[in-house]
Amino acid sequence: MKKRYRDVFTNLKKKNEKCFIPFIMLGDPDFNTSLNIIENIIKNGADAIEVGIPFSDPFGDGPIIQNANLRAINSNINVSKCFKIIKILRKKYFKIPIGLLTYANLVFSNGIRNFYKKCREVDLDSILIVDVPVEESKLFYKYSLKNNVSQIFLCPPNIENYVLKKIIKMSNEYIYIVSRPGITGIFDNNIFNTKIISNKIKKISNVPLIQGFGICSKYQIKKILKSKIDGVICGSIIVKQIEKYLNNKKKIILKINSLIRKFKKSTKI
Amino acid sequence: MTILNSYFGEFGGMYVPQILVPALLELEKYFVKYIKNKCFIKKMNKLLNNYAGRPTPLTLCKNITIGTNTKLYLKREDLLHSGAHKINQVIGQALLTKKMKKTKIIAETGAGQHGVSTAMVCALLDLKCKIYMGCKDIYRQNTNVEKMKLLGAKIVPVNTGTKTLKSACNEAIRSWSYNYHDTHYIIGTSAGPHPYPKIVHKFQSIISHETMKQIIKFEKKYPDIVIACVGGGSNAIGIFSKFLKKKNIKLIGVEAGGKNNYNNSASMKYGKTGIYFGMKSNVMQNSLGQIKDSFSISAGLDFPSVGPEHAFLNYSKRVKYVTINDQEAVDAFKILCKKEGIIPALESSHALAYAIKIIKKNPIIKQTIVVNLSGRGDKDISSVSSFVKR
Repeated sequence: MKKRYRDVFTNLKKKNEKCFIPFIMLGDPDFNTSLNIIENIIKNGADAIEVGIPFSDPFGDGPIIQNANLRAINSNINVSKCFKIIKILRKKYFKIPIGLLTYANLVFSNGIRNFYKKCREVDLDSILIVDVPVEESKLFYKYSLKNNVSQIFLCPPNIENYVLKKIIKMSNEYIYIVSRPGITGIFDNNIFNTKIISNKIKKISNVPLIQGFGICSKYQIKKILKSKIDGVICGSIIVKQIEKYLNNKKKIILKINSLIRKFKKSTKI
Repeated sequence: MTILNSYFGEFGGMYVPQILVPALLELEKYFVKYIKNKCFIKKMNKLLNNYAGRPTPLTLCKNITIGTNTKLYLKREDLLHSGAHKINQVIGQALLTKKMKKTKIIAETGAGQHGVSTAMVCALLDLKCKIYMGCKDIYRQNTNVEKMKLLGAKIVPVNTGTKTLKSACNEAIRSWSYNYHDTHYIIGTSAGPHPYPKIVHKFQSIISHETMKQIIKFEKKYPDIVIACVGGGSNAIGIFSKFLKKKNIKLIGVEAGGKNNYNNSASMKYGKTGIYFGMKSNVMQNSLGQIKDSFSISAGLDFPSVGPEHAFLNYSKRVKYVTINDQEAVDAFKILCKKEGIIPALESSHALAYAIKIIKKNPIIKQTIVVNLSGRGDKDISSVSSFVKR
């Protein structure tokens, strides 16, 4: 397996920090702006990044990410252009872990074997396919191992013990702990109780735990990271800035930069 | 692990976010348990007979076939209480909801027939009901929207994406992933993640049971051809079910050919294998893997995919899948109205149009055809009249 995530977690531990992973949709609002946003995110303190390949029917996502999918598709982004962005990023930022988030049909329609081969070629670290639960993951997982790309699984609050055990067994880099039922999106004043599940995992495994879904404030990040969670993924609150300042690309960058710095600061224990 | 095989050949599966898997497995567990439970079956049959109006007649159409040697029968699902076959399986799923101790129902609807059936059964069984419906469909199926409201259902207009059934399905899944603990999602067709295609097949197979008995009684033999329209495929799988093993009976599924090769809902003809709406099946998609917008004059067929069992039956060549375009469907609609005094749903008109094609092609041949008239057409009158005016 690749060392990037492991190195990040080790280094953060030394600095008494936890991991901050922003999510961005590739090609939103267009190829160049998207690339520019991601570069700024990296420069402003992201420990790793998660990037999405836009899909026409992202039923695991709320309206903010859903609109990002549509904006990217409308700007003529496709799978190969997404890999192109990742290739550019990898060349410039060799050490940062890059994770991919997508939906099953985009992997399937490109040929599962071929898709994972492309992931290897651009030196991707991980892949999460929203609508491929553990129960359907056999073939996808096989090619993830073959191509040295870690398969990331969503671990929601209602997970059964036997599935959790499988996820632990199949996870090399990190497990994605889902804050709450539902889809991605911002909901203020959400109290996330992932203690039971994170304690359960930590009792039997050292695999890092990253929490996502609905995280949108410094307060939430600080509270989450007081537990056994090793890091957070924030998507909707960041992507929302693109939607909000769509006609002012400079402002998008400024707003996102400030959010990234603020959120990263909150991961320092 | 699923109890039943979640695949039909290579098609099917459970392609949903992990959070929905326990809800699907719970549904499967209850389905497997209660489908063999005598009290459950008795209660379901009582509702099917005394509330929904089963058995439905098998009507011989004498006027359409004058001058030919064809005997054309219609299985009259349009005469059910809700006006369509949809109520058969809604009763089954609603009873399962009660057994699962869930109190709320969500459903999505295109033509509104599934929505009306769901709203009716929810009112009867005291279940809270929310129906997701694309804004375009709300406009073109307004009579059914009003019916659903009267029946106490809350209509959730879906303004995203295509604003048709495709978008309504996405929104219903989104909503379910928040509320699965107290809410059951009644999928109205034989599509979607396992176990829905199996459940819908089982509950709709009543159509086939009755048809088989009735045709034997009338003709002393099986039919030569059975025809049904296919959107997601619930009425088709319902009437095909018992005939699937009788290899000498020709089974034909009719997809919506829409306007042309580019604007249609024929995922068997124009789609390819993909993963969408929780299942691996035939999907209308572009070369980049994005799901294409479907089109049909008939809202109930306007869906870019098809149930996985149909994809398998197409692959194994047990069922022949064909297309009928909007014009042909409207023509068949008018013919049935004028010649037989029956107003068919635009969905069923597609099946009827293909039957008429077969009859016209070889009027001399002696044959018995059964068409599943899956719903009645009052909901489609304005769509037909505006199509004719164009």
